[in-house]
Amino acid sequence: MSGAAVEAGRTLAMGQDEAVGGGRHSVEAPFGRALAKLGQSRPDIVGLTADLGKYTDILPFRDAFPDRFFNVGMAEQNLVAVAAGLARTGKMPFATTYGVFATRRAYDFVAIALAHSNLNVKIVAGLPGLTTGYGGTHQAIEDLALMRMIPGLTIIDPCDATEIEAATEAIAEHRGPVYMRLLRGSVPVVFEPGYRFEIGKARRLREGSDVGIISTGFMTERALDAADALRKQGMSAGVLHVPTIKPFDAEAVAEFAAGVGRIVTAENHVVVGGLASLVVETLFDAGIAKTVKRIGLPDRYIECGAVPTLQAKYGLTTEAVIATIAALG
Amino acid sequence: MLRNSPPGSADIGALERKAKRLRRHMLTMARGQGQGYIGQGLGIADALAALYFHELRYDPHNPAWPDRDRFLLSTGHYSIALWAALAEAGIIPVEELVTYGADNSRLEMSTLDTTPGVEMIGGSLGHGLGQGVGQALGLRVDRYDARVFVELSDGEMQEGSTWEAAMSASHFRLDGLVALIDCNGIQADGPVVLDMEPVADKWRAFGWETFEIDGNDMTAVVGALAGARERNGKPTAIVLRTLPGKGVPRIESSEKSHFFRIDVAQWDGIIAEFEKSAGAAQ
Repeated sequence: MSGAAVEAGRTLAMGQDEAVGGGRHSVEAPFGRALAKLGQSRPDIVGLTADLGKYTDILPFRDAFPDRFFNVGMAEQNLVAVAAGLARTGKMPFATTYGVFATRRAYDFVAIALAHSNLNVKIVAGLPGLTTGYGGTHQAIEDLALMRMIPGLTIIDPCDATEIEAATEAIAEHRGPVYMRLLRGSVPVVFEPGYRFEIGKARRLREGSDVGIISTGFMTERALDAADALRKQGMSAGVLHVPTIKPFDAEAVAEFAAGVGRIVTAENHVVVGGLASLVVETLFDAGIAKTVKRIGLPDRYIECGAVPTLQAKYGLTTEAVIATIAALG
Repeated sequence: MLRNSPPGSADIGALERKAKRLRRHMLTMARGQGQGYIGQGLGIADALAALYFHELRYDPHNPAWPDRDRFLLSTGHYSIALWAALAEAGIIPVEELVTYGADNSRLEMSTLDTTPGVEMIGGSLGHGLGQGVGQALGLRVDRYDARVFVELSDGEMQEGSTWEAAMSASHFRLDGLVALIDCNGIQADGPVVLDMEPVADKWRAFGWETFEIDGNDMTAVVGALAGARERNGKPTAIVLRTLPGKGVPRIESSEKSHFFRIDVAQWDGIIAEFEKSAGAAQ
């Protein structure tokens, strides 16, 4: 752990694989590689960034297609406005920045310039939730909640390298605005090759009836490891992975929740306005009267620090998921 | 289909008559609603006449023609002027103008993009120029020589995103992009809430080829647009000094012309004033 902590103490490190005890291999820059590959068959794809190309893994696309790549500098409103203009000329822009900037700084542009006109722009947002130790300025802990309020915007929170590659292809096939959270750098592979990603579809990854974990983003990795550990302790834990936050697969969530004793949600996001809120709304609408235990970030700003330290402190580790479920009694 | 006219070929008198027709349409529309952004519309009428009946390349029967020049109205509340121009250009029916601002009309008081000929949703100020940059980039990637014209206002220069866009346009050397900045000296809270002078120097400092003209002088407007045709690696800014309410002395002299509400009984007098003033000008 100390080695990982030191590595993650460089606060730009992802902190993806430190918390799960190793054993998984990883892939470098799965988003950028997938986009560069897509660019060969899709000449309409253009890439944009706001001075964060290096830090959002889009440079493989720039290197392959320099004439189709535009860096607008540190100007996120303009990033989204320019993307909107490009979309109106028939291009499919993939625009990258950090989640905090795509949401807090550029919100009016995402809402009005993109979503209101249903323009075909994909925003790919780095540093989702607690994946940086830079503190509240860089941690997009409320981005899912903010973006959920925008009509017609598709929102994806992928779990691993396999899903990022699959989702990059899927959102390119989808016509309309998308906000996708990005896991960057060295991203672990959790799902087997052949894992199918489909926009708007949740996936049952473990069957179980004592407890059902509904998770999104990298918390699904923790949920799977927790479920496997709990099974050894004699508890049957199911896992429903919900990578699409909007449109939300309410049907799958209700069906899953109806078949389990206890329900736990797990997200790399504040527990208000994101996955937990969606699950509670869904269960209420479906008339399922069960309590929901929410794993996620508290409704407050998070301090600076090493990513593994912060993830452990705020309960975003496998151990924390296991402990939370064990405490349900 | 209209093509770019060669420089110097403009019929100034004909364009002035077009501007008068646009103003007449606008007054009729505002009368129907009893209100509207008529001051701004009357002020920008000469520039829109020069664009739609001289400078812009478009096909009224195919507003989505990929080769068309784009005109983006960033100030969505100037829609009254855009509807008049689109009607006069044959893109929307003239008879439809009377529905301006009415329930279920597609001629909204602030533009959405669902009406033919509209290239963006205006109204959230500071959006237009960046979208123009994106459109100009997209056209260049596909090697179209079509140009992009963006109207924005003096008040809109107070939005930081306008300058984000201005920086990027010169960085990307978008010489097919033309910004028309309507400096009419009014904004929501009154005249010159925040002083933006010297306007032209700001655009020059951001790397734009800049013209500063009387935006109600047709010869000057046509001349500046001709100057913007040069593809010299720089985007062009045309600072239009306009008079809000131009053509109707009673509105020109009003201090409330950001949003104009006039009693039904007074409209006949206003239109008579316009006709008299316009007739005297010719």
